[in-house]
Amino acid sequence: MGKFEAKRETASGGMARGGMASGATATSGKSSEPDDRRGFLVRMMAVVIGGLVTIFPFAAGLLVFADPWRRQASGARLVKVATLDDVPDDGVPRRFSVSENQVDAWNYYPNQPVGAIYLRRIKGHATPEALQATCPHAGCMVDFANSAHVFKCPCHNSSFQPDGQIIQPSPAPRPMDTLVCKVIDRAGVKEVWVEFQNFYTGSADKIPKV
Amino acid sequence: MKPIAGLLDWLDHRTGYRGAVHEALYERIPGGSRWRYVWGSTLVFTFFVQVVTGLFLWMAYSPSAHTAWESVFHIQYQMQGGWLLRGLHHFTAQAMVVLLVLHLMQVIIDGAYRAPREVNFWIGLILMQIVLGLSLTGYLLPWDQKGYWATRVATNLLGLVGQRVPELVVGGPDYGHQTLTRFFAFHAGVLPLLLVVFLGLHIALFRRHGISARKPLRRPDVAFWPDQVFKDAVACLAVLAVVLFLIVRPGLFGGQDLLHMPKAALGAELGAPADPANPYSAARPEWYFLFLFQFLKLFEGHGASGEFLGAIVVPGLVMGFMFLMPFIGRWKLGHRLNIVYLLSLLCGIGWLTYSAYREDHRAQWIDWNAYGAEYAEVQDVLRETNSDPKLIDRHFHGDAAKLADFDRKLATYEQVKKSADYLDAVKLADENARRAKELASRPGLIPVSGALTLLSHDPLTQGRRLFERHCAGCHTHFDPDGPPSPTDQDRLARSTAPNLFGFASRRWLTGLLDPKQIVKPNYFGNTSHKKGDMVDFVTGALQEDETWKKGELDSVVDALSAEAKLQAQQPADKADQATIKTGQTLIKDTDRCAQCHRFQGTAVPLGMAPDLTGYGSREWLTAFLGNPAHERFYGKDNDRMPAFAADAQHPEKNRLTAEEIGYLVSWLRGDSAEHAP
Repeated sequence: MGKFEAKRETASGGMARGGMASGATATSGKSSEPDDRRGFLVRMMAVVIGGLVTIFPFAAGLLVFADPWRRQASGARLVKVATLDDVPDDGVPRRFSVSENQVDAWNYYPNQPVGAIYLRRIKGHATPEALQATCPHAGCMVDFANSAHVFKCPCHNSSFQPDGQIIQPSPAPRPMDTLVCKVIDRAGVKEVWVEFQNFYTGSADKIPKV
Repeated sequence: MKPIAGLLDWLDHRTGYRGAVHEALYERIPGGSRWRYVWGSTLVFTFFVQVVTGLFLWMAYSPSAHTAWESVFHIQYQMQGGWLLRGLHHFTAQAMVVLLVLHLMQVIIDGAYRAPREVNFWIGLILMQIVLGLSLTGYLLPWDQKGYWATRVATNLLGLVGQRVPELVVGGPDYGHQTLTRFFAFHAGVLPLLLVVFLGLHIALFRRHGISARKPLRRPDVAFWPDQVFKDAVACLAVLAVVLFLIVRPGLFGGQDLLHMPKAALGAELGAPADPANPYSAARPEWYFLFLFQFLKLFEGHGASGEFLGAIVVPGLVMGFMFLMPFIGRWKLGHRLNIVYLLSLLCGIGWLTYSAYREDHRAQWIDWNAYGAEYAEVQDVLRETNSDPKLIDRHFHGDAAKLADFDRKLATYEQVKKSADYLDAVKLADENARRAKELASRPGLIPVSGALTLLSHDPLTQGRRLFERHCAGCHTHFDPDGPPSPTDQDRLARSTAPNLFGFASRRWLTGLLDPKQIVKPNYFGNTSHKKGDMVDFVTGALQEDETWKKGELDSVVDALSAEAKLQAQQPADKADQATIKTGQTLIKDTDRCAQCHRFQGTAVPLGMAPDLTGYGSREWLTAFLGNPAHERFYGKDNDRMPAFAADAQHPEKNRLTAEEIGYLVSWLRGDSAEHAP
């Protein structure tokens, strides 16, 4: 406060150059406690108010940016993937694509391919086993190598047994994810339905994607 | 001149521009201008190019899942100069990475990170991260298969940092509109803004401390202008020349006249539209990230913690060391250590990049003349033993030396096969890309639902996919006259149904009626028909000269093939009307084909042999796929081919929909979309 008083006194001769630095506290003479507290208050309010107005647009933006954390995925949903005839009981995994109605932000898509599963039926079993075709390592789609009778992921070479168990060495943190599979008889036709879900990649635990 | 000088004086008095210009241009360079100082300026230049080209591209680009690829396609192929603008943006980004390395090398080798320049060095390292971030975000924006699937791997790796982190970057639980909007905001907004801020600081600090020239100074001091500016300009010109070369390169060695080649084929490539349902397993990051891709392979077999180590910890430590360089470099030994560190790092990165490239292209670089036999040998053993280790052991009678030898060969085989699969995937991706662009260029343009819809209703694309999924378990489909690919040979050996390449064409039918070929895997060799009546006939009665005179078989082939009305064969069918008529008469002869086959009204009852009327035509093939065991076709002689649409009344019970069968039929017959009914 004292600095500005010095300036005022030289104002008659025009603006003093180098303004603030030259004004010494010499002419004010008063550094009493109420002035100090007021000076501190002014400074603090300047920082707080300045900070608030600066942060406000960022806060609004970050709120929108974090919108994906608010939304929940639908969880496991029952989807028809094949008929039982498509899955002979020879123990060979076969890939089937999964189609669902999808929502992408403001768009609705009926019956879109959303992923794939492998169905495998062992001799004598009535119900196939279902595996998520997405590699639990980094999310690529796993291929089934007929010749070697194993799953192989083309991205980073993870290998899995036909039942989904890991073959070491593989970068995958856990076996291929199993899914619940049901055979439903509809008007004489045996249909294969699967509780389809996506799981987080890169973790040793099988955690459904939120 | 005087009025102008007066005007400039007036302007200078109001703005002080002369002082600013002097300040900028007459920076002192101790020891004279040098070529090794140009890299920083070339980086500023390339950033400038990116901003300018980026802004103009922004005026034409639309970031949504239905419009990203489509707008890039429009820019590249339909807007004038679009190929050039996009090419500049794409290849300058590549050049920038190289220039970054050169600049970093010069700074470290010249010890320009030492006091008082430590903070500036750190700012430089931060700038490097921002540029790499710009590359990563830019790669996704065309929303093509390569960018989409490569970036998915990168965002999945973010999950190592925090389980819910990928969602923020991706804009939701899965890729979609919000992924593009976020990536684009980072690419065109956040990162360029940060770059400008840090670049401003970088230049300000650099001007504050001046050039750190290597002692002893060789030449007298000069001003930045004009000597160093000249060197910088020449270097920028060289960079631009390299970028332009990369843009026109596809036209230079392609055998086509550069002037008459469609301009749009030049410049940056564009893959097929991103398809979430069809993963592109050969997706790779851009070349300057390949070393990271290769590096991660070293951590296989160590699960999630191994991945965390390889993807986060080690790169973090490597960068961390670089931040410490200014302090390590205080001592002469420390400075030497820094240089050694940098050079070893670059060598390591170079070696990893080369390794990644070599692994992928091994099948292309290998000498098949020398190696082919060994490859086939391993393939045969695996097929016979179904890859079962016990059976393999038995195959070699437990001989340890032979088993060890086989293991060695198996290791090589697997690497070559992986590379062959990679190259096949790339080839298929290129075909899909070409097809997508072909479809998008048709008069009907691209529907509102996006270019992917064009592909999902394209018989050629869907037919091939449906074949892979539903038919390739038994059938093969490759040109037997072409160079033998090891993959195709293996598949042929394992097949249990004919090779359908060129089905119903004259070439295919000639093979079917050839006694040597009909018993091979390309036809009935691996089926129950090998012992059937047709093979008997072809190997027996058909060879008798008394019944079949020279040329008569050819006319039968022509006539039968004409029934299919194949598009590619239309000119030939039209030209050979006379031969076809002769052939038709021969087929109807009850002493020949009509003994078993019905054809255009002959009185043979159905059930003995397929009805040859309309053989291979759309209608015939559609009905055949629906139910090959129908009496019109193989009847009870059907080997094991399933009926794909047996129930016309209840189509939901069928294995394939009418639409899918339509695609398969079009693809098998080689009908193009334009003419498909």
